[in-house]
Amino acid sequence: MKKTFAILACALSVSAFAQETVYPAKEYKGKLYITDGTVHVGNGQVLTNTTIEIENGKIVKLGQNLPIPMDDVKVFSAKGKHVYPGLILPDTDLGLKEIGSGVRGSNDYAELGDLNPSVRSISAYNTDSKITGTLRANGILLASVTPQGGSISGSSSVVQLDAWNYEDAAYKLDNAIHISLPSFISRPSRFAAFLGQRGEQPDATKQALDKVEEIKSFFRQAKAYLAESTHKETNLKLEAVKGLFNGTQKLFVHGDQIKQMLIAVDFVKEFGFNVVIVGGSESWQIADLLKQNNIAVILNEQHALPSTEDDDVDQPFKTPAVLQKAGVLFAINDSHDESRYRNLPFNAGTAATYGLTKEEALSAITLNSAKILGVSDKTGSLEVGKDANIVISDGDILDMKSSLISKAFIQGRDVSLDNKQKELYEKYKYKYGL
Amino acid sequence: MLLTGCAFALHLSAQETFPVNGVADKRDKCFAFTHATIVKESQTTLQDATLIIRKGKIVAVGANAAIPKDAVVIDCKGKYIYPSFIDIYTDYGLTAPQRDPRGFDFRAPAQLTSNQKGSYGWNQAIHTDIDASALFTTDDAKAKSLREVGFGTVLSHQKDGIARGTGVVVTLANEKENLVILKEKASAHYSLSKGASTQSYPSSMMGTIALLRQTYLDAQWYKSNPATEGVNLSLKYWNEEQNLPQIFDANDKWNCLRADRIGDEFGVQYILKAGGNEYQRMKEMKETKATFILPLNFPQAMDVEDPNDARFVSLADMKHWEMAPAEPAMFEKENIQFCLTASDLRDVKQFGTNLRKAIEYGLTENKALDALTKTPATLLGVYDKVGSLEEGKLANFVITSGPIFNEKTIIYQNWVQGDNYNVKNENWSAIAGVYNLSVTGKNGTKTYTLDVKSESSANILSTDTIPAKFSYDGKLIKLSFGESKRSRSSLRLSGVNSDSLWQGNGLDTSGAMIQWSAVYTKATEVKADSARRKMPIRLGKVTFPFDGYGWEELPKQETMIIKNATVWTNEKDGRMENTDVLVKNGKIAAIGKNLSEAGAKTIDGTGKYLTPGIIDEHSHIAAASINEGAQSVTAEVRIADNLNPDDINIYRQLSGGVTSSHILHGSANTIGGQTQLIKLRWGADDEELKFKGADPFIKFALGENVKRTTSQNNNRFPDTRMGVEQILNDAFARATDYQNALKANPKATRRDLELDALVEIMNSKRFITCHSYVQSEITSTMRIAEKYGFRVNTFTHILEGYKVADKMKAHGANVSTFSDWWAYKMEVQDAIPYNAALMAKMGLNVCINSDDAEMARRLNQEAAKSVKYGGMSEDDAFKMVTLNPAKALHVENKVGSIKVGKDADLVLWSDNPLSIYAKAEKTIVDGTLYYDIDHDTQMRKQITAERNRLINKIISEKKAGAPMGAARPSFQTILSCGDHDHHDGLITIDFQDGDNNGK
Repeated sequence: MKKTFAILACALSVSAFAQETVYPAKEYKGKLYITDGTVHVGNGQVLTNTTIEIENGKIVKLGQNLPIPMDDVKVFSAKGKHVYPGLILPDTDLGLKEIGSGVRGSNDYAELGDLNPSVRSISAYNTDSKITGTLRANGILLASVTPQGGSISGSSSVVQLDAWNYEDAAYKLDNAIHISLPSFISRPSRFAAFLGQRGEQPDATKQALDKVEEIKSFFRQAKAYLAESTHKETNLKLEAVKGLFNGTQKLFVHGDQIKQMLIAVDFVKEFGFNVVIVGGSESWQIADLLKQNNIAVILNEQHALPSTEDDDVDQPFKTPAVLQKAGVLFAINDSHDESRYRNLPFNAGTAATYGLTKEEALSAITLNSAKILGVSDKTGSLEVGKDANIVISDGDILDMKSSLISKAFIQGRDVSLDNKQKELYEKYKYKYGL
Repeated sequence: MLLTGCAFALHLSAQETFPVNGVADKRDKCFAFTHATIVKESQTTLQDATLIIRKGKIVAVGANAAIPKDAVVIDCKGKYIYPSFIDIYTDYGLTAPQRDPRGFDFRAPAQLTSNQKGSYGWNQAIHTDIDASALFTTDDAKAKSLREVGFGTVLSHQKDGIARGTGVVVTLANEKENLVILKEKASAHYSLSKGASTQSYPSSMMGTIALLRQTYLDAQWYKSNPATEGVNLSLKYWNEEQNLPQIFDANDKWNCLRADRIGDEFGVQYILKAGGNEYQRMKEMKETKATFILPLNFPQAMDVEDPNDARFVSLADMKHWEMAPAEPAMFEKENIQFCLTASDLRDVKQFGTNLRKAIEYGLTENKALDALTKTPATLLGVYDKVGSLEEGKLANFVITSGPIFNEKTIIYQNWVQGDNYNVKNENWSAIAGVYNLSVTGKNGTKTYTLDVKSESSANILSTDTIPAKFSYDGKLIKLSFGESKRSRSSLRLSGVNSDSLWQGNGLDTSGAMIQWSAVYTKATEVKADSARRKMPIRLGKVTFPFDGYGWEELPKQETMIIKNATVWTNEKDGRMENTDVLVKNGKIAAIGKNLSEAGAKTIDGTGKYLTPGIIDEHSHIAAASINEGAQSVTAEVRIADNLNPDDINIYRQLSGGVTSSHILHGSANTIGGQTQLIKLRWGADDEELKFKGADPFIKFALGENVKRTTSQNNNRFPDTRMGVEQILNDAFARATDYQNALKANPKATRRDLELDALVEIMNSKRFITCHSYVQSEITSTMRIAEKYGFRVNTFTHILEGYKVADKMKAHGANVSTFSDWWAYKMEVQDAIPYNAALMAKMGLNVCINSDDAEMARRLNQEAAKSVKYGGMSEDDAFKMVTLNPAKALHVENKVGSIKVGKDADLVLWSDNPLSIYAKAEKTIVDGTLYYDIDHDTQMRKQITAERNRLINKIISEKKAGAPMGAARPSFQTILSCGDHDHHDGLITIDFQDGDNNGK
């Protein structure tokens, strides 16, 4: 029997009154149709009045006026609405950091030690984080969960955001090894700044280069170690980076400064790694060089102040347009610690105000991110063969005044958009009789 | 001509009370310096004159001064005599206290009381007990370095603390302390730096100013010998020191104004020690009516050849490098009285070079001399002793080879209190010239022509020029040379200069002994000052503020008509399509269709949206400090005391449509400081930034930050929300008693700036904006307020406000919140983005605030989120960042809507102002266009061009061999509430006095 569902914004079941009752959606293998929407494919294309046919959790067909069988299928009308690929948060501590400040026990995002390639974010990923529900509600359905701390922080994994446990959540395990490059800028100490003093500072460049050499030395030794198949003494750290050498993993290099990014090129040249810059606020100055070296960029935060007082006041806003023009593969991230990553679409919206087309901006939080994370075979765009990770919005998803998410599907599962915040909203509307 | 005085000995002048070990050696020390060019002071120069000194004093000076018989005559033909310089800002002969390298650390335990032992005051940074004359010891090594550049007298004080006690005037003679002190208590000193004090308070600029103000009041009160205070020596000395010249180490242009305002309040005119950037605000400097002490430590050029290093050096820093040497000239041009000091120089040897640089940049030589002699002497009341060459004054003078400020001029001798200290005496007699050299050995006498170029260079002139090795130290001569240019062996001669006859012995090329003599025959050409690259000095322009985006000329109020825009009025007319708005005299003059006005500038608003300017209820920009967190109650501190008009974030926020910002104290303590509402008049000075006529406010804070949750070792009460309530309860109980005491006995009651502010609150003359999150603390604070008969005007942040919206409504509070922040600390776990909408539905006046320099420029978007979360109408949402904050701040009669008669604070947007696609194209404050997207484009080009000009100038100086420092990133300090992380770019210092993030 055909079930047609009305899509109500902020629909809530009456019984839902604690987030513990927000269940992950059940698997759905059957057919599912999202009909007559404006479909933003994610690759730049926009298809009007288009229906998406889904089966077994995957997109099997897109087209206008697709026949819908009178069968046991689910149908959601998206008429007058906008249909988008599920948004992807490309670098986050979601599920690792619940309350950043003052509650140490809720934090698992940064490990001790400097070289921790074997540390895996997925092993601590908490599917029950209260943050997750607020992201789904804004259309963010996938995330790459990244460990921090030290020079080599460990491996990230891509997760989907509607799961009972981390094994359910895993979308791509250990997709990248993360390193953080040291700063090449000498900073006055916190207290020197307060005292108005600018004492002698250590030579940051020299210290940074020494540290870089240490990191490279690690990879050289790993390469040598991995060339031999058996070892009397097992070294988990060296083994952990095997994927970088056989091309199954990428190297994500965290850094914003030009010199850090230029050093990142070394890792392409010397080791042949597939390198992605995370941060990249200064990348607009070397966009062509990044393109030439085939280095992708994850821009951490659009809503940031310019790096220097002489910079264009809107420089961070227009950096994506510079990368786009140079042909650099880039994704937009939301790493804002206070709004907790839910403003990802608006970071892209800002980029669209400052030089990107809206569809380019959308790609920067969907298909580009999927490519960079190594999951574009499964998600990132609304194309046949990919997982049905889909968001339906009443209006333009990139503009907060119209970004009203009414439905979201992960692998064809109709996921709950409920969350702790909506429940508290209902609770107090009830209290006040609103 | 060998009269070099009694150099290098400790001059044992006899003191009557000191026993003599040996044979008494009293001398009159009478000297006559004849045929000199004597510069008595800048206005009087005598040619071929005589100076006579006796017993350390000048007894005569003039063309015809009679030379006493017992005078040692020193022929100074061709030489100049000047009064030696006076440095009014040294710590010569005093031990600088060991400085604690740390400022206030939020996480460290607080030191709440002074650790100075004895009957002193409560604050360790008030050192009125320091008497430099008691601590002073002669330090000849330091004295020597100062004498070598021309100084003879200094004022010395201990450079530590906010009140620094008294300074002593001493000469630079190498004598027993008793004899070099000219004036024991010559000055009283103050600063805005607490120095080595380990006490927590004050931890901010505001707190420092408040401490000074309170101390003035306390000292006044102490004059009545209040029994409750007992003996307070700090206050006693403070009062005693008030009659002395008051010298304030301001060290920065804005600090000069801050200090001067303290002085104005208490009837004191400080002498202001400048920092070198005062030229950026000459009008304001002149208005202080102060005398300044200008440093000569001009910034060193930075090596900006590497573009990646140059990128982080700001245009302002490069411009400052270019313009700083012109500061003394600018002060002279403005006719502001000033002294010069060498004290800030890292190497005092730079003094002459930098002084000449200042002269090259326009300072006149006469003014330079005054600033180093007469002016400081007069200020210190010692012009009867030093500062010019007149009968009866101390014999403090220098003998030079020429006009004192010339590059090639040498100081031969520096006489202090009648004793000579050689500086470069070896040059006293010019030895350059051609000499007849005779060498006599066993083979007879041979003569050579010796051409002496300088003390270290000479040639033998024969058929060709044979370079010789030569040195002369004022007495001894060494000379060696070969018989011909190619000869491998040399004659080696050694000898002395005996009254212009040189003679001595040596060895010839074969090693045989010889004797020699040399006699001056004729002069060689004397080199004048090199006409070294006397290129005209070209400087950039001072901009207001001194930032890349500053104005060369401040924008002016204009009459203008914005035509045919969609006008969001925030009034009952709502949105008006195709409407004109006339702006005149800074006010909105008319709203309607087809308006016209003679001479009005027309701005086409077709397809655009005109709104009232955005008002940020909670901001921390444009201030030098934000948190005085050292005590739980600091109602006495005022943001207004430390506004910073140079903050680039003022301009950045104009580009986001912000026109007014409420600059709040941070959240480090329960009762923070007094706030300041400003208008974003980019380019104005600190006073002109203020929103005139607005009600005064004060910041309170509750919860995690004030109980210092992230500190592992908090020892400052409170540590819980229970304690926070008691802090409030106690503060207002004290304020009530204070108010009663003031009424009953105003004269005997000690004025307390902290309690004054609290009394104002209780009398609805000052209003609270209270940082708060959870429902318990909100409720308990309202109950405390009600107990003492007042209301909390605004709860700010208020992320759990929706839980007690009804209670806040009943109390009568406004609310101001973040749109969608949460989960960054425990107390915001229940924050919801529907908060604003819920509170609005409950009838509260709701504002959306930034508390963040970045987000402030997107407040329109933050307001738009309530359309998404809670379904608020667009008009109501936009009011949350315009009209509602105007109401909360009691300025809705002036700003917040587009209404005839209100201030013309307007924004022209490219799109619906609630859309993420909207850009502010024009931002108008008081009818003045402060931000214009087209002008901004132009300025970006100018910044690039000006940076390029300066970088090339620096590189060309580098090529010419000028010394360079490493490129130093121009770090910007971003102040914040202390509440959360920020995303401020690569070279900002996220300075949170109340840091709870460990960043």
